[in-house]
Amino acid sequence: MGDQPLVRWDWITGNLVDPIGTRLLEHLQLSLSPILIGLLLAVVLGVACARWRWLYPPVFTGVNVLYAVPSIALFFLLLPYTGFGPWTAIIPLSLYTLAILVPNVVDGLGQVPDHVRQAAVAMGFSPLRRLVQVEFPIALPVVIAGLRVAAVATISMVSVASLVGLGGLGQLILTDGFRRQFTTPIVVGITLSVLLAFLVDGVLVLAQRLLTPWTRDHGAAAGRGSARRGEGART
Amino acid sequence: MNILLSFWEWFGDPAQWSGAAGIPARLAEHVGYSALALLLAALIGIPIGLATGHTGRGGFLTASLANIARALPTIGVLMLVVLAAGIGLLPVMVALVALAVPPVMVNAHEGVRGVDPQLRDAARGMGMRGWEVLLRLELPVALPLVLLGLRTAAVQVVSTATIAAYVGIGGLGRFIVDGQARREFDMVVGGSLLVVLLAVLVTALFALLRRFLVAPGLRGAATG
Amino acid sequence: MITFAGVTKRYPDGTTAVDDLHIEIPTGRITVFVGPSGCGKTTSLRMINRMVEPTSGSIAIDGRDVRAQDPAVLRRSIGYVIQQAGLFPHRTVVDNIATVPLLLGWKKAGARARARELMELVGLDPEQAGRYPHQLSGGQQQRVGVARALAADPPVLLMDEPFSAVDPVVRTGLQDELLRLQSELRKTIVFVTHDIEEAVRLGDSIAVFRPGGVLAQADAPERLLAEPVDAFVEGFIGYDRGVRRLSFFPARLLDLHTDAIVGEGAPIARAREVARSSGEPWLLAVDGERRPRGWVAARDLERGAVGSVDAVGDLDLVGYGHVFTVATDSLRAALDAAVLSPAGRAVGVDEEGRVVGVVAQTDLGSAIWAVGTDDAPTTRPVGRNG
Ligand SMILES: Nc1ncnc2c1ncn2[C@@H]1O[C@H](COP(=O)(O)OP(=O)(O)OP(=O)(O)O)[C@@H](O)[C@H]1O
Ligand SMILES: [Mg+2]
Repeated sequence: MGDQPLVRWDWITGNLVDPIGTRLLEHLQLSLSPILIGLLLAVVLGVACARWRWLYPPVFTGVNVLYAVPSIALFFLLLPYTGFGPWTAIIPLSLYTLAILVPNVVDGLGQVPDHVRQAAVAMGFSPLRRLVQVEFPIALPVVIAGLRVAAVATISMVSVASLVGLGGLGQLILTDGFRRQFTTPIVVGITLSVLLAFLVDGVLVLAQRLLTPWTRDHGAAAGRGSARRGEGART
Repeated sequence: MNILLSFWEWFGDPAQWSGAAGIPARLAEHVGYSALALLLAALIGIPIGLATGHTGRGGFLTASLANIARALPTIGVLMLVVLAAGIGLLPVMVALVALAVPPVMVNAHEGVRGVDPQLRDAARGMGMRGWEVLLRLELPVALPLVLLGLRTAAVQVVSTATIAAYVGIGGLGRFIVDGQARREFDMVVGGSLLVVLLAVLVTALFALLRRFLVAPGLRGAATG
Repeated sequence: MITFAGVTKRYPDGTTAVDDLHIEIPTGRITVFVGPSGCGKTTSLRMINRMVEPTSGSIAIDGRDVRAQDPAVLRRSIGYVIQQAGLFPHRTVVDNIATVPLLLGWKKAGARARARELMELVGLDPEQAGRYPHQLSGGQQQRVGVARALAADPPVLLMDEPFSAVDPVVRTGLQDELLRLQSELRKTIVFVTHDIEEAVRLGDSIAVFRPGGVLAQADAPERLLAEPVDAFVEGFIGYDRGVRRLSFFPARLLDLHTDAIVGEGAPIARAREVARSSGEPWLLAVDGERRPRGWVAARDLERGAVGSVDAVGDLDLVGYGHVFTVATDSLRAALDAAVLSPAGRAVGVDEEGRVVGVVAQTDLGSAIWAVGTDDAPTTRPVGRNG
């Protein structure tokens, strides 16, 4: 690339809306849907695993094996069925979040002290009501901690979808940058992706503060233990 | 079923088992890149994690760095370095190491920091110096978490090393990329399954390491 | 009344936790289950609200089999308090207390108002209403637990070692509070503990369980202390049961001496005369309002020993230790005061702290001997040392 500067500001100002803005929106859509779908699936699986403990080892192994499948391979394999639509990216990415979220849901529910559960039973809570009104709220800090890791991981992973032509900031990096030997779009893509990850993370931190006021002054200690479980993103 | 069947045919084809484009050669490349990336990540992440955990300083910085590294899109990093330094091992290593450092570093840090302060006091009370406390007490106690961080990183690296194929230096990713290009899905599945198998092997390897390295009294500490 | 009729509980692993239990738990009274660890107290308790189902036999509340009701509905009419309080960490104190009223379909405002009422009843500061459980001390958490159990005004209260996780001073306070509440509310309370001391303090009747889940003896506390049915019960209630039993006899049974008391302003010569006429080796000096000042030994009043002092109050008085309140304390408190007194005598006072009289250890001995074969006049321990 020789004497080309790393970032050319004029390109950025000239392409702010399209492709930069469009790709950013695509990226947001491609990452938020898997996070939400993953959360929903993880809650269902996690509740089932907490209820029937024997389910947990096979489910745990299953989601972890899935996690090890290269995303690019899953994209390719889904292409014949889902085509170049967003689902080709959303399905694999949702599955990946499970490896982080399911253990967090199970751990979170496991953190409900036995005496609290007993007290709920003794006061006449039905099982469903107990789950919704007592166990979920207590598990929430740990679940949100996992959600933060999953969200950051997903947002950084979405870029791979560009290799299959599914859009997002990866497309900016690949099509506008790499194919034209032009670094500016790559730098913009990386930067926006990181900023987006931080933004979503910040929103989750805020949500945690609003939703779990009781954890405020004795620290986020509740969530820390299992947040580290899923450390790290992958591609 | 169809896919699995054709995969089995692909896998059983003797042509796949020899030559520079055969399974053994690709596997060796893949393992080589992964191992090197993990080693580099360990050399960077573990000392920093131990140091910040031991001194109690720089924890915030470590966490922030790890967060940024975690949020980096690997594809972007890879391509940027390719444009800057050309095709070769370097871009792959930069991308993989950036991916692997956060879990290794954060877990080493948390592992040391999680050591019961009373134990630390007791060690100092017995007259251990700072580095002795680190080596004799903190490191052994933190080892389960350090291993957990390495394992998480290793699985991610093995799975992500497929991208080496994009910058033309082989690895199991070649089967996936070539398979897609040639519309031979048995090859895509075959390459992916080999990657998954490798990840499972890595997990098993770390389970073994844990058995041999972690003091029996500490094995309950960090499972999974 | 809660009736256990031939109730047995065998857990799937073969443990017999409760073995053929027959017992009647009277309405409006505190019944305490005691016994060593693992003897089936908790299991028995939890069969009442169906958190455990009996293997055989039946349990009825006021004649109605508990199995006739939906467990959730049944439980809403039975308060339950446990050792770790079981408070919901994600709800404020007031919302914790309002839990059962809300489950019963009360309006939120009504449930909260009721919760505030209960906070006051159990002695919690209204300012703590908005706090979360982890911001309270252990004793305060237990109070919230009790308030929560009482919120829907259930006729029955089950308490499983509710006070065993707090320190002894707080525990005594909570016990007093429970007795005070009970004197107002008259609930049917089943209280589990493995502390015989607590059982004697709180129980209108006590059921002692032996390992294997067999009921060893069910009796009023005083009867239990007087006549344990066998060596197991005797061993369990401890070798000081005789002394403990004195808690059931009021100190007003004692004959107090008033002839060995002198005002602190009295001249030495007068004190000498009192000592001689009463024949007592120790005189109690009191102030103008008859509050105790200290002991004077009769032999220190002899001419040579006194020196230049001319009033009793100017002598070096011996501390009088602690006193007992004649109207409200028990024989046990009087005995304790006498044993600790350097003069070997206990000072009895009225509610204002004015001296009523003194009693020597020897006189106490005969009083104790006299009541030794009687039934106690009270079913509940008397006074603070009870
Ligand atoms: N769910 C269970 N499954 C199997 N055995 C049990 C179960 N719950 C209790 N047990 C056994 O039943 C016996 C009675 O237990 P229980 O909890 O009623 O005793 P406890 O008198 O309350 O003891 P503690 O004073 O220690 O609380 C014990 O041997 C206990 O191990
Ligand atoms: Mg018990």
